[in-house]
Amino acid sequence: MESLIILQNGRLLDPSTGLDARGDLWLQDGLIAPVGNSIPDNSRVIDLDGKWIVPGLIDMHVHLREPGEEYKETIETGTKAAAVGGFTAVVCMPNTTPVNDNASVTRFILEQARNASARVYPAGAISKGSDGEGLAEYGELKEAGAVAVTDDGLPVFDSQLMRRAMEYAGSHNLLVISHSEEMALSRNGSMNEGIVSTRLGLRGIPAAAESIMVFREIALAELTGQRTHIAHVSTAASADLIRQAKARGVRVSAETTPHYFTLTEEAVAEYDTHAKMNPPLRTEADRQAMRQGLQDGTFDAITTDHAPHSVLEKEVEFDRAANGIIGLETSLSLSLQLVRDGVLDPLRLIEVMSTAPARILQVPGGTLVEGSPADVTVIDPDRKYVFTKDSIVSKGKNSPFIDWELQGKAVLTIMGGRVTHDDLP
Amino acid sequence: MKESYRFQHRHILGIEQFSPADIFYILDTANSFKEISNRPIKKVPTLRGKTIVNFFFEPSTRTRLSFEIAAKRMSADTFNISASTSSATKGETLIDTAKNLQAMNPDIIIIRHSSSGAPALLTRHIQSSIINAGDGTHEHPSQALLDLMTVRERKGKIEGLKIAIVGDIAHSRVAHSDILGFSKLGAEVRVAGPATFMPPHLDMLGATVCDSVRDAVTDADVVMALRIQKERQDDPLIPSLREYSQFYGINSELLQYARPDALIMHPGPINRGVEMNPDVADGERSVILEQVTNGVAVRMALLYLVMGGEGNS
Repeated sequence: MESLIILQNGRLLDPSTGLDARGDLWLQDGLIAPVGNSIPDNSRVIDLDGKWIVPGLIDMHVHLREPGEEYKETIETGTKAAAVGGFTAVVCMPNTTPVNDNASVTRFILEQARNASARVYPAGAISKGSDGEGLAEYGELKEAGAVAVTDDGLPVFDSQLMRRAMEYAGSHNLLVISHSEEMALSRNGSMNEGIVSTRLGLRGIPAAAESIMVFREIALAELTGQRTHIAHVSTAASADLIRQAKARGVRVSAETTPHYFTLTEEAVAEYDTHAKMNPPLRTEADRQAMRQGLQDGTFDAITTDHAPHSVLEKEVEFDRAANGIIGLETSLSLSLQLVRDGVLDPLRLIEVMSTAPARILQVPGGTLVEGSPADVTVIDPDRKYVFTKDSIVSKGKNSPFIDWELQGKAVLTIMGGRVTHDDLP
Repeated sequence: MKESYRFQHRHILGIEQFSPADIFYILDTANSFKEISNRPIKKVPTLRGKTIVNFFFEPSTRTRLSFEIAAKRMSADTFNISASTSSATKGETLIDTAKNLQAMNPDIIIIRHSSSGAPALLTRHIQSSIINAGDGTHEHPSQALLDLMTVRERKGKIEGLKIAIVGDIAHSRVAHSDILGFSKLGAEVRVAGPATFMPPHLDMLGATVCDSVRDAVTDADVVMALRIQKERQDDPLIPSLREYSQFYGINSELLQYARPDALIMHPGPINRGVEMNPDVADGERSVILEQVTNGVAVRMALLYLVMGGEGNS
């Protein structure tokens, strides 16, 4: 393995410095190195012919399913999928079996991730077992390597518990990520409440189920003065609340996903379970609001909520199907569409896919500055391809984008100086 | 029938898939089968040798019996599977059960299931013709067709009629199919009930929501009541059946606002005294039992038509 990789003639995009210029990047011994005068032997030199060179992408909302559901995905397969998608780091959610509410599970995950194809930052649970009753041990979780806490998959029903979680997490410098859902309103629902749910005879989940809890989290963040991060936002109503809260100076950050800014409830069509997730796909107005939110800074990050399932969970009656779709391998292509549509410029795109997540999580990365870890993604924004089921690296094949013609791909992913994905021509 | 029209549907999943021409064709076909049920020997050999499976995951008396009688009168071999006796109790998935059935080569599978979209799911995995006998809160096409047949028989037409449907529209697959069917054929459908019973975007299906039952029933040619299910634990839609019957039940006082020759309909079974008073259900304008009779004819037509409209004549 070369100790020196030289990426030549690319378009350097670094939101941490505002850099957008043609140039070279040298990676040596796992770090971003100064550009040298002469090229040594035993180095790999690649002419990128204008392809983008960006800080490695970071997905702060991924389900790796290990421990406990390895038939759906493992840390190994999930991080391979991440690398294919251009990601050098992921945050894995704690709703595993057992739930990651303690140091042992966190350490297990990190041990499994030692030779993985992407950095794995575990999120611990907010409550023990994610049962919503008592706090998990945040000190131990943090020490073991957790970067955030969340009961994702479930909301924290008890507002006093969520308040205490924010306070106590603050004491241990852990980010609280909120899965915002008022479950009484969403109970038994399987898609957005609206025209399509009426037509299909499916119980609907109204937008209010999300915005009510987003409002609560914002109020608690204001009360405690702590920071909070709203996961997988899907509605215009939530986006409005977050925008207003930010304007007031509340320490709230938020994310949305490619499926919420690409698809609507119409994707359910004839009961397609590959369009079923929680929160559900919403209306066109909500979809536009997701795009607007990314553009105006309401949303800080694009995440995938990558949720692999097997056919056992998906090839069943719609109301019985599991929620979730995979996303690591299509996120970049779908997000690049925002650039082509004029919604985001390239620097802003990389900010929400790399620099901002690194900053929010307080982890290294998101930058091309010398001395930083050599986490770098090379993007060919023009490469066209068909996303076929056979090409999927993740164990889960549950994607509504199968057979879509997509454009833009990560052609080289480098983590800590090690090439984890190489699709250069 | 015009030469250019052909009934093309191999599956009967819902009214949504039908054109007005399809619906009229089914009703005309049903008409021609109706008299078979009045013969001393109630049998024709039309579907002789065909295997028809009734796959009922939800309890049903009238619908299942109706399909079974329809099939047997056409000389088909019928078999019944219910959820409690099926391997669903052993955890077998719907698709697996269906594939196992498919391996025995049934011609038609008639399915009733509590999940909306279950029949559609089956069409993606097996080859037999699928007839939806009611899926979740989505559609119950044969019920709507027999309702249309009954109204057309009594009124001579559907177009321009005012249809009032009262009850839990949001959770009634019968209501959905009726709204689609009657509005497709040009009737004006008005619905009424407490707001908790109205789904969003009802106008998209083809119905107008009225502020009161009286408004819906005023000048109506047809007044249809839906069965009110006993209170659901997970969703407080109405406080009590008593209150429902007081404010939304169909009684003779309310019917004064309808046309004097208005038809009274109900898909059954009736909660007497709740959604409809006994004197209304048993009164001279009630066609509830004709609905049941027409149900057999409509189902004979559907079985005949999904088999290609061919068979031993």
